[in-house]
Amino acid sequence: MNKNIRTALAASAALALTLSVTACGRDSTSGTSSDNQQVTIALSTLNNPFFVDLRDGALAEAEVQGITLNVLDAQDDAATQANQIQTAVTAKTAALIINPVDSDAATAAVKPALDGNLPIVAVDRGVTGVDVDSFIASDNVAGGAQAADALAKAIGEKGKVIWLQGTAGTSASRDRGSGFETQIATYSGITVVAKQTADFDRTEGLDVTTNLMQANPDVVGIFAENDEMALGAVQALGSKAGTTVFVVGFDGSDDGLKAVQSGTMVATVAQQPKELGKAAVDAIAKLLKGETVDATQSMPVVTVTSDNISDYIS
Amino acid sequence: MSLTPTAPTARPAARGNPVARFVANNGALVGLVILCVALWIATPHFMTTDNVLNVVVQASTIGLLAFGQTFVIVAAGIDLSVGSVAAFAAMVACWLSANVGWPGPVALVAGLVLGLVVGVVSGVSIAYGKLPAFIGTLAMLSVARGLTLVVSDGRPIGTPDAISFLGSDIGGFPVPIIVFAIGGVVCSFVLTRTVAGRSMYAVGGNLEAARLAGLPVKRILVTVFALSGVYAALAGMLLAGRLNSAQPQAASGYELDAIAAVVIGGASLSGGSGRASGTLVGALILAVIRNGLNILNVSSFWQQVVIGLVIAVAVGIDVLRRKNTHP
Repeated sequence: MNKNIRTALAASAALALTLSVTACGRDSTSGTSSDNQQVTIALSTLNNPFFVDLRDGALAEAEVQGITLNVLDAQDDAATQANQIQTAVTAKTAALIINPVDSDAATAAVKPALDGNLPIVAVDRGVTGVDVDSFIASDNVAGGAQAADALAKAIGEKGKVIWLQGTAGTSASRDRGSGFETQIATYSGITVVAKQTADFDRTEGLDVTTNLMQANPDVVGIFAENDEMALGAVQALGSKAGTTVFVVGFDGSDDGLKAVQSGTMVATVAQQPKELGKAAVDAIAKLLKGETVDATQSMPVVTVTSDNISDYIS
Repeated sequence: MSLTPTAPTARPAARGNPVARFVANNGALVGLVILCVALWIATPHFMTTDNVLNVVVQASTIGLLAFGQTFVIVAAGIDLSVGSVAAFAAMVACWLSANVGWPGPVALVAGLVLGLVVGVVSGVSIAYGKLPAFIGTLAMLSVARGLTLVVSDGRPIGTPDAISFLGSDIGGFPVPIIVFAIGGVVCSFVLTRTVAGRSMYAVGGNLEAARLAGLPVKRILVTVFALSGVYAALAGMLLAGRLNSAQPQAASGYELDAIAAVVIGGASLSGGSGRASGTLVGALILAVIRNGLNILNVSSFWQQVVIGLVIAVAVGIDVLRRKNTHP
């Protein structure tokens, strides 16, 4: 027992020494703050390319800023995330970037950290009822409207369209949906003949689209609230995709961009997850240096079509 | 429950006229027919050749998972890992093909073998390690999904031709239906015509009695989970083939649909009963409901309510019927 404790002490002493040496080394070369630069980023899930990209953007920026980023994955479980944040705060993280699993549930976990004057940035989803230092997200409502415009343009502003919704009750689905609904209503020649959920999932997108095409064989356009569902719709349409039926997705995921390039999808409204991650780390770096940042930052979303696809695909 | 391995499938038979007997023995099938007739009346788009094929294709993934699950439930177990195992096997097969350069058919077979191995691991932990099936397979649900994410780094991987073929069609006839049919015939054959299959009913009916009668109970338990693993892997390949892409989050939550299909089909969660034909009907009922609700454009908020109610009603009727026929 005693031996274990001694080993542990020795190990932590060695670790502390290494850390301080590294910190000093960094100090002398780059001249950033000498504080502990261990920053925690608590992500909702890494089971989704979007958040993997967000993490990659954050990691890249962290390296530039000389910040060590500790990445936590809550696997879409709000309770897990609360525990992870608690642990990170106890372990004296210098700052916190949170991408809440659930905006409401995150409040309780974030509050004590905020009371402890820890710099906190929320990314992609906000934290309800708490003033974090900065909230960085894509403008989903504007994106939904952009998607409506892209779809209207593709189908010549007339005809029947299907609307594939995301998981019922999520803010992304609500915001994208409301933007789309308002904007598509301004085109008098376009009728939304069916709106059904496909749970942001490709398989569901395939099955639901197949089913809806049975009832509405004369549909000319499909709006999906994310690329995964749009790609499922493309799969369901087969050779009709991009020739007689035009599909607009949302997210600008790798597969979505490839589909736009190959013409099976007419457009995807690209969020810029890497930019979100970069902006979050950037904000944290400023906060750690004692600078101020904007309380909310809306990252623009971009409509990617065959015209500008070359800017987004490498 | 009789202990002889040649016992009939433990479905109560009503006395009286043949029609009443048929209805009593095939409650789920009658439910399916009623559902189809109702949709036929409600919308002209339901009972078309194309749509009927769609429904069967859409039932095929859950159906294959459910066939595998039938072995497990007959032997009084439960396998919560099937959705994760499906995703894991398909992901590894596509990864082997895309990143290691294995030929598609070899990668496909490797994926099926992986499903078998995962099933054996679950089975051994349950039969020999004495873990409750619920816990052993819950652990595997998490492990297999985690490994899927590790292998894929959270990103989808494209499928080789051999796997895409499983999701395509031959001269307009969908391959998933062919695979689904073969899976069903094999499941039925194993359960009704093999010693191993008959032994599963004995183990599920009364494990202690089966052991005393000299059956290799532990080997039978490992066998049911191994079969479930292979069926899950096949379902995963089929799903990936339909999407031309192995998805890291594919088939998550499907284990519950598979269990529901088996139970709707008349199997008892306490073991000793269940038929492949019942499971087929159970899977079709779930697919018909989803298809019908889409075609009728029912609000997504209500769909979940309707599906839950149909499951409760289907199983509830079955329970009542058994009580009446076996007082």
